[in-house]
Amino acid sequence: MRHLRLVPDNTAIPFMRMRKFTFPVAAFLSIMSVILFFTVGPNYGIDFLGGTVIEIQTKDAKPDLGKIRGELNGLGIGDVQVQTIGDDNSVLIRIGQQPGGETAQQEAIGKIKATIGDEAEFRRTEIVGPRVSGELAFNGAIAMIVTFAAIAVYVWFRFEWQFAVGSIISAANVVVMTFGFYVVTQHEFNLTSLAAILTTVGYSLNDTVVVYDRIRETLRKYKKISLGDLIDRAINDMLGRTVITTMTTLIALLSLYIFGGEVIRAFTLAMIFGVIAAIFSSICVAAPVLIYFGLRQDALDEKKKDADAKPQKA
Amino acid sequence: MLHFSRWKMIAILAVVMVGILAAVPNLFSKETVDSWPSWMPKRQLVLGLDLQGGAYLLYEVDQQDYVQRRLRTLVSEIRTSLLEEPRIGYSGLGVQGQGVQLRIRDLSQLDLVRQRLEALRNPLSNSLLGGTAVNEFDLSVGSDGLVQMTYSQAGLAQRVRSIVDQSIEVIARRIDQLGTVEPSIQRQGEDRILVEAPGLGDPERLKNLVGQTAQLTFHLVDGSFQTGQAEPQRKPGTVVMPALDSPGVNYILEEAPLLTGEDLTDAQATFDQRSNEPVVSFRLTTGGAQTFGKVTQANVNRAFAIVLDDKVISAPVIREPILGGSGQISGNFSIQSANDLAILLRAGSLPAKLTIVEERNVGPGLGADSIRAGKIASIIATVAVCAFMVMTYGFLGWIANIAVIVNVIMIFGIMTILGATLSLPGIAGVIITVGTAVDSNVLIYERIREEFRSGRSAIASIDAGFHRALGTILDANVTTLIAAIVLFYLGSGPIRGFAVTHAIGVATTIFTAFTFTRLLVALWVRWRRPTKISL
Repeated sequence: MRHLRLVPDNTAIPFMRMRKFTFPVAAFLSIMSVILFFTVGPNYGIDFLGGTVIEIQTKDAKPDLGKIRGELNGLGIGDVQVQTIGDDNSVLIRIGQQPGGETAQQEAIGKIKATIGDEAEFRRTEIVGPRVSGELAFNGAIAMIVTFAAIAVYVWFRFEWQFAVGSIISAANVVVMTFGFYVVTQHEFNLTSLAAILTTVGYSLNDTVVVYDRIRETLRKYKKISLGDLIDRAINDMLGRTVITTMTTLIALLSLYIFGGEVIRAFTLAMIFGVIAAIFSSICVAAPVLIYFGLRQDALDEKKKDADAKPQKA
Repeated sequence: MLHFSRWKMIAILAVVMVGILAAVPNLFSKETVDSWPSWMPKRQLVLGLDLQGGAYLLYEVDQQDYVQRRLRTLVSEIRTSLLEEPRIGYSGLGVQGQGVQLRIRDLSQLDLVRQRLEALRNPLSNSLLGGTAVNEFDLSVGSDGLVQMTYSQAGLAQRVRSIVDQSIEVIARRIDQLGTVEPSIQRQGEDRILVEAPGLGDPERLKNLVGQTAQLTFHLVDGSFQTGQAEPQRKPGTVVMPALDSPGVNYILEEAPLLTGEDLTDAQATFDQRSNEPVVSFRLTTGGAQTFGKVTQANVNRAFAIVLDDKVISAPVIREPILGGSGQISGNFSIQSANDLAILLRAGSLPAKLTIVEERNVGPGLGADSIRAGKIASIIATVAVCAFMVMTYGFLGWIANIAVIVNVIMIFGIMTILGATLSLPGIAGVIITVGTAVDSNVLIYERIREEFRSGRSAIASIDAGFHRALGTILDANVTTLIAAIVLFYLGSGPIRGFAVTHAIGVATTIFTAFTFTRLLVALWVRWRRPTKISL
């Protein structure tokens, strides 16, 4: 039986010559994401803004969004967003932070419950008070920074400092582009989104380290070839693996996206985007960074003693 | 790389079996598992609130409210203290921001003032700092006669700590009486309490029971007026409090309570013998009964108010002295609200007001939908990935699939053993683990393939392939593991739920790649003795 080969053997794609094109593209996308983040801004959910989300499901009749919106807007609890979610009977109601501290949030929700009454089942209620929302955003940022720092130290320890810098730049590129994804799609940005971004960071690092590991090995094997050609060779050698792994991960994520239900749909979409960004980033950002930061080809010899001895190949 | 000693093989298979056995109870319903004999594993996965429904309530001690109350009592303590013989003249005594301020008239008495107020600084024992006493208040006596007592930072922090401890005890007693749910009550940070009640459908009753301060006091009534009317002239030492059930009615009460909730020994919901309405009957301690007897004797035909959290429940008129040490509270109760009040009174009051800063409730219906969707998606993901692997690698693809499936089962087994919580982001973590677990197999196979193409014998290629790929797998997965562990410690909510399964998944991936997959391939090599590798 012939097996499926998505990538032919002995490819020789000149990735490093393409870097004159791909690196600026990556830089452009990142910068655009940052600009969009500060000008347009993501659609923050209640986790970071504070406020209340209620999901209701009407028992038999289709919900009349206009009527619900009208009734709730008359309550004097600020702007009320009403939209359907998932199946036709479910409605998501979102109201902003109520002025007047934590108890005011509880009063607002009491009013909504009284208005909607018994016509619907309350499937989900989430209230995030003003104090907690700020902390959640702060803690998320801290978690991200500490993760980066810890990874950098590990990679520096195992490889060379250029690799540490490269893996962080590459992961940061993925994070920034995924933020950009949230701004462009205007999917709600909440704690779960942060989890999605952090996942892609994990995936990106995993992938970058795999590529770096191969670059390091190739560097030790061939002394006479230029750094650019060496990196090309390493990436091409790994291309089969990269494509197969990406395919399996995407297959898993796509089934989660299609069949996993409404609650995590946005989450998986961001991860799908993040996985693609991570692959792009390891090849088109992490690898060229080694050249830009002037990795010396003999640098690894000094570290060779802590690496396992490998038979030289002709 | 392909040689395994017998005991090593047994050890690997034993670890895998333990993981699988620990996961087995999750396939059955709780009732079935309970009926199993005791030697079988019975522990089941804890599902997060998003999967099984329930309530998540984060409370915070209202420090400002507590400080203001405490300062008001400090004012009356200072007043009493300065009125002792020899009297000390003062003016302008009152709460000022975070402290109490007054001015002494006769500057020659400043030393005496310092001595008296020093006694009110209220040293709090501090077991954490090796027994050094921390004063609750800072005292400053100016030479111009200005005296200030302010809350000390350390004193307040310690007060808040003990408030949280006491509150947790009170909340636990209250919920215990409810009997139906098994919530967890934990301290969170300095001044917060997290109450989680999995599987709870309607959180309103829980919120009522947990969040009420339930400070019960009895006061003598000095008069009443309607909101909007001119407030009548009040005597000093009186306060105004609204009625709980009749809007617009306000009572003027003597500020010093006759009795407090502390004087109660028992409270029960019963029915009034004449009107047959639900009421709460209570019994007083011996001391409380004596005080109450004396006061009611001296104040026949005057009203006294029963006050709960600064609202008047009822204000009956004293017809005759109440000497038996028991009584009842009536006030438009339903059976449930009478019952709840009785629970609150029995469990005692919270030492300070608690406010909800974060609340998440998921109904059981939504949780069930999420589980169903998660299950379907996981099965489809597994089948699709397995099919792809077999298409790409043939027989070795099956080995990879077995390894990945064992990997996933072990994740659930370990989570069950650790008692970790599985949430929806956690399921996503499992699925991303499937991705990286497959990656480890791909790395190994691609490497074997490469070695074989460079001219090695089949068995040497397999050996070298494992040898080289495992280094890569270790580095890549340790990097991811570091990220997952940091997220677990620093993240909250969904981030944590994701990090748990992801971290465990990375660990099992490393384990299966290094042992189980290698063992399966070694057995295959011993069985088939391949001379050619078709990958």
